[in-house]
Amino acid sequence: MMKLILPLIALVVLALVPLRLTDYGLGLMIGMVTYVTLASAWALFSGHTRYISLATAAFYGIGAYTVAVLNEALPYPLVLLCAGLIGAGLALVVGLSTLRLAGVYFVIFTFGLAELVRQLLTWYEVNVTGTLGRYIFLDITARDIYWQMLGLCAVTIGLTAWINRHRLGLALKVIGDDETVAAHSGINLARTKLIAFTLSATILTLAGAIASPRWVYVEPAIVFNPTVSFLTVIMALLGGANRLWGPALGAVPLFLVFEWLSADFPDTYPIFLGLLFIGVVFLLPNGVLAGIETLRARRGKGKEVTA
Amino acid sequence: MGMGRPPLTQEHDMLLTTLILGLVLGGTYALLALGLTLQYGIARIMNLAYGEFTLIAAFVLVWALQSEGIPPFVSLVVIAPAGYLFGWLLYAVMMRPLVQRSGASGRLEVDSILATFGLLFLIQGVLLVVFGANFTSISYLDRGVNVFGVTVALNRLIAFGICVVTAGALMIALKRTRWGLTMRAVALTPGSAPLVGIEVNKVARQGFALGTALAAIGGASMAMYQTFSATGGVVFTMKALVIVIMGGVGNVGGALIAGLALGLVETFVATAIDPGLTLAATFAIFLVVLLWRPEGLFSKR
Repeated sequence: MMKLILPLIALVVLALVPLRLTDYGLGLMIGMVTYVTLASAWALFSGHTRYISLATAAFYGIGAYTVAVLNEALPYPLVLLCAGLIGAGLALVVGLSTLRLAGVYFVIFTFGLAELVRQLLTWYEVNVTGTLGRYIFLDITARDIYWQMLGLCAVTIGLTAWINRHRLGLALKVIGDDETVAAHSGINLARTKLIAFTLSATILTLAGAIASPRWVYVEPAIVFNPTVSFLTVIMALLGGANRLWGPALGAVPLFLVFEWLSADFPDTYPIFLGLLFIGVVFLLPNGVLAGIETLRARRGKGKEVTA
Repeated sequence: MGMGRPPLTQEHDMLLTTLILGLVLGGTYALLALGLTLQYGIARIMNLAYGEFTLIAAFVLVWALQSEGIPPFVSLVVIAPAGYLFGWLLYAVMMRPLVQRSGASGRLEVDSILATFGLLFLIQGVLLVVFGANFTSISYLDRGVNVFGVTVALNRLIAFGICVVTAGALMIALKRTRWGLTMRAVALTPGSAPLVGIEVNKVARQGFALGTALAAIGGASMAMYQTFSATGGVVFTMKALVIVIMGGVGNVGGALIAGLALGLVETFVATAIDPGLTLAATFAIFLVVLLWRPEGLFSKR
């Protein structure tokens, strides 16, 4: 019961926060909630299966760009729906062509995806529509964005919790442990992976769509920023990608650190990112939460021996 | 120049130009893919920072020419062994602990992908700080030479020559020498190679270092004729990866042919449709390979 009540209280508190914040504080909160959403959505697929997706920026950028293209043509809810559908469609294409094969093919495909979509869009805009760079004029305040993103975040974590308790989550765990065993126990590998990847990608796309009105001016080089893919992976890994709250736990402190670094050391900041990433992979391969558990287990054993 | 040039129709001329330029570009790609397939096939490291390795060499070559006046040929003699040393150290310091940690489990692949993804940003960050974000190029031996009636820049021909000589020497060494035999043994069955007295760790380190050296040579020769920037590494890695998959992982001959093929397709797309769509062409080929023959175009089923 507490497991349900505590998050709900936290959600209510977080929803009330913007009523007492400055614009700068609200901007920080939006960024933080966005990255908690991205990292959690990424972990929804990659956490258990260990299929590393490097395409977060591709989906996030598609969401933002869809809003930029459609914001004057359609009502806002329909724009969001379109963005979600496009993200899901792209995820299906990527998934259908790679998820039947070994994990490496999936990684390679996602690795270049953001750059591919960026180049294709740039080419299309320059040669066909003749407009590189678009504006988003929507009557949406920063608070609205915050509440929408918080809602998406809650849905993502709730969905992950639900999946973890049901057949899909169990199947994903078995696939992550051993695909041969999974296949022998009657799990449809390709379909399971495809469902989880599509869900995850749809959320990533929606996050991009919701965050986009903050930009006002949008062009492919801005929204398809590879740093987004990079940050999402390191945040989820730091907290522990296969835990429900792991990605959130990694996203909050890292977001604040990156905000500070990118403001105070704009030039050397990618170097810090790279070093931090390598550090996490080497020192905390399963995330902070698992690290604390092993430390505790070791201490517990130590006590038994001395007692 | 242009002496004895047969009167060609313009269309035929275009086609021949595309063909020759494509082969020249393909030579660099083939060499890059060769290095990557050594790293993945022998050392079992999926190296996402590979494109950044090529960029380091490219920047060093340009810097040596512009501020020290060292001709590219001379710097190449230093860059290639320096690349080997860099790869050797990197494997010993960074990759070996990952190999040890994973043991016999399948963890190494995921770990190496993540570690080199971090390395990608680290190197890119250093390159941006040291060399800036601008596009860089040099004009080196930029005069035309007549090849089968087509004018090709001399620097491209030299780059192609470097790639052909390097790749050819490597192919012969792998096929004919005892050293090549141990390399192939580790690539084929890393589990049983120790049974015949092969030190897998040493061979893996050599494979990784050699792959890095090839990346350096490829990058340096590319810098002789092409514009590049510090953030363009991902595209090189992507192209090399697709070539490796096309040729079949660990298949050296396949990588060579696939590299030349990709160079041709890309040059054709760039001249016939748009230079901005070359990565799209790479992905299109990748999709076809994935759907049709994911084990590589030249593998026997």
